[in-house]
Amino acid sequence: MAELEAVIGLEIHVQLATRTKMFCGCELSFGDEPNVHTCPVCLAHPGVLPVTNEQAIRYALQIAAALECEVAPRSIFHRKNYFYPDSPKAYQISQYDVPLASNGRLGDVRIHRAHLEEDAAKTIHVGDSGRIHGSSASLVDFNRGGTPLVEIVTEPDLRSAAEAASWARLLRETVRQLGVSDVNMEEGSLRVDGNISVRPAGSEELGTKTELKNMNSFRFLERGIEAELARQRELVEAGGTVAQETLHFNPSDASLTPLRSKEEAHDYRYFPEPDLVSLVPTEEMLREARESLPELPAARIERYRKQMGLAEDTAALLATDPATAAYFEQTAKEAGKGVEPRVVANWVTGELAAALRQDGGDAGAAESKVEPAALAALVAMVQEKKISNSSGKAVLATLVAEGGDPAAIVDREGLAQISDSGELESIVAAAIEANPDAAEQVRAGNRKAIGAIVGFVMKQTKGRADGGEINRLIEAQLDARAG
Amino acid sequence: MLELTAVEAHEAMAAGELDAGEYAEAWSKAAAGDDLNAYLWRNEDGDGGAIAVDRPSIAPIAVKDIFCTEGVPTTAGSRILDGYRPPYTATAVQRLIEAGAPILGKTNMDEFAMGSSNENSAYGPVLNPWDRTRVPGGSSGGSAAVVGGGLAPWAIGTDTGGSIRQPAALCGIVGLKPTYGAISRYGMIAFASSLDQCGPLTRDVRDAALLLAILQGADPCDSTSVGLRQAPQLPDREDLKGLRFAVPSDLTEHVFDAGVRQVFEATLEKIEALGGELGEVSLPHAEHGISAYYVIAPAEASSNLARYDGVRYGMRAGADGDLIQMYEKTRAEGFGAEVKRRIMLGTYALSSGYYDAYYGQAQKVRTKIAADFRTAFEEFDFVVTPTSPSVAFGLGEKTADPLAMYLNDFFTVPMSLAGIPAISIPAGLSEPEGGGPRLPVGFQIAAPAFAEQGLLDASYALEQAIGFDARPQGVRGG
Repeated sequence: MAELEAVIGLEIHVQLATRTKMFCGCELSFGDEPNVHTCPVCLAHPGVLPVTNEQAIRYALQIAAALECEVAPRSIFHRKNYFYPDSPKAYQISQYDVPLASNGRLGDVRIHRAHLEEDAAKTIHVGDSGRIHGSSASLVDFNRGGTPLVEIVTEPDLRSAAEAASWARLLRETVRQLGVSDVNMEEGSLRVDGNISVRPAGSEELGTKTELKNMNSFRFLERGIEAELARQRELVEAGGTVAQETLHFNPSDASLTPLRSKEEAHDYRYFPEPDLVSLVPTEEMLREARESLPELPAARIERYRKQMGLAEDTAALLATDPATAAYFEQTAKEAGKGVEPRVVANWVTGELAAALRQDGGDAGAAESKVEPAALAALVAMVQEKKISNSSGKAVLATLVAEGGDPAAIVDREGLAQISDSGELESIVAAAIEANPDAAEQVRAGNRKAIGAIVGFVMKQTKGRADGGEINRLIEAQLDARAG
Repeated sequence: MLELTAVEAHEAMAAGELDAGEYAEAWSKAAAGDDLNAYLWRNEDGDGGAIAVDRPSIAPIAVKDIFCTEGVPTTAGSRILDGYRPPYTATAVQRLIEAGAPILGKTNMDEFAMGSSNENSAYGPVLNPWDRTRVPGGSSGGSAAVVGGGLAPWAIGTDTGGSIRQPAALCGIVGLKPTYGAISRYGMIAFASSLDQCGPLTRDVRDAALLLAILQGADPCDSTSVGLRQAPQLPDREDLKGLRFAVPSDLTEHVFDAGVRQVFEATLEKIEALGGELGEVSLPHAEHGISAYYVIAPAEASSNLARYDGVRYGMRAGADGDLIQMYEKTRAEGFGAEVKRRIMLGTYALSSGYYDAYYGQAQKVRTKIAADFRTAFEEFDFVVTPTSPSVAFGLGEKTADPLAMYLNDFFTVPMSLAGIPAISIPAGLSEPEGGGPRLPVGFQIAAPAFAEQGLLDASYALEQAIGFDARPQGVRGG
């Protein structure tokens, strides 16, 4: 049997950080006393009518712009009918066949659609099962009911759990930088569900998918998808078939439980919401959404690669978090023309990240004591061979601990490179004298043996000599003696 | 002073000849004499705190019990809302209060406005003031009966497929269904949201104009409300010269009772006598109106009524069982047979696999009917029909046959589907089939969307020519 390929699409719900709810004037809140942010509209009293929150439309348009979606000139709201305690009207106002936005892209993943809807209230079922069936009581907190949501549905373009988690992070950063949502997975302002299937590698057809819910962190998202992929692979490899169902991920033991079919057997009886008029964004709203876009991670990654010559993974490391990106760009600018951005990038993602880890804090580059100007000066000194690579690392460790000016640290600690070649030549000669066995082996053609001699020189110079220069001098002297 | 129309009373108050407080008090006493089961709640003993009017300045009014009134029982004629006192007041009622109209009481109605006889009320049927063995029509039967029966000077109701016009016709008063969107629906308990519209039930056309002027207007709480382009003026037109009236033969060729036909034809002659031009027009899809209506309205109702679950307000049954049992018992006991029938119909019509054949198809018919009217209005100013195929029928006469009951709306439903304004004015009396005292017959006039002023003007001229001044026995007036 051909190897099985993972096919993953994501459905993301983003709670918008508007001041008020989607269809009434109640304030949004998280963690307040239950049922304090309610009114006749969001409690679905008889006779009430919804009125669409304009700010929510503007935020949704910003998301649509960030995801490079086409915006429908006229989209409509539908009623999605279902009977459940979290839905006081017994229907959710959502969008169905004409969504606000469609056909977009973020990174390598195509966006199928993005639409506006309202969130359900929060329910707690008291009893052993934790579910509505068999519960002794169900408590409802309507504070969350009616919170504006944008639902984003991707095409099934993801091929592994890790890829899915990393793309979801990119989406989170993108939405965070728009400033339209808190995008907090633990608090539920960002919720990611997976549509997961497997198929023989190379096949164009989609396998039967399952829907995976309740992965409330990126780690759980990855673990949940991995667990489900493993389950499906095992099933299919044993000759079985995957059943279309919705699975609940249990983070405590990474188990997957099918949701009861009774709760899932929905016919939502969609029909156009007669209480609302069509959603027709004005030119001004569309323009404002486009113009309000900051440079988003995906675009920044592209710019780092194309204009600054960074490798893709380095670009992604720097571009995703806006503070890190700003730090990198400032450092590259301070370093000036003599230093390639690629080199600065490697210092930020490599040496500096390592030094910060070593230091034990969890501060990123931007929050560290190392000023962009200081790092730029340090990189320049190494580039110009004013100090050696290893001295550079030592200076960086000091900068991380204390901050300050790298030139002053180099002076204070006497780390300036030995530039007098006569001095270095005599140290090399002494090193060869002290390591006759190694010298003999090098002469006999064992190049690896040179390390002992280099190490001796480094020790003598306290790392102030350039590694390349040392090697060159050792080889020259051994050749000369052999000759 | 109860003989005054609301407009006359208003003018007398403005002239200082009538004390608004005394006038309201007199009407309150009249309302207390309700022997038609027309009021479900009357505003007495200061029970109407939140909807009280400090200084009355216009005639007091009866309000259909479908409008939410803060702190005051609001049932929509249903047991499931027994004991419900809304935390807010409907925009239409708020406008009345702000205009200085005291609320006399809440009127009986078919449960959730589903019915044409008022026999679907959980609180018993309303009796027709002209003949207490007969129905007042529905669903705004209580509002029509209080005005026709001298228990209120005027009233508001709602019309989804004829629920203002048909009871107005059967009770011998004026009923106006404005253009969809003219009056806010906020706080009006939803039956079929795309059709429901608030409107006046009054003694005459001028009262209807004054009431419409108070009620109409865009409301930030109702995105589908737009109001009228201009506030309606009191009509004073005396002739119908230059106005063209169309009789839709596709509708009127259908058999309706001989007495109704006679009054209808006599009214057409009066139009001509006033200088109006008569013609025939084809509304080829209008006769399918009932079929489309009885898909669309139940579909929307099935969704609108799903919120009544016994949890947050109203009646609760089966509280000793688990949650699902409580839901089921509450809805089983809370809803009447007709409401359940329509919830089932509507749920079915929206179900996956049936949507296109039912709801989708009905919406297409609706679009065609609206287009039929637009075409008719290119040539004519108004379309006229009888309001109802018959005069008031006997209590219990049609309750066993829902389809016969649904045909009451045959002439009124097409205008509802098209969203256009239509008025019913009393045009004469006719002996019911099978004999008995003569009963009122309504004449319906429909106009293009937002052409309320022209509709009121023409109706007023015709009303003057008809000179209908009959009143039920024992009711002062005219």
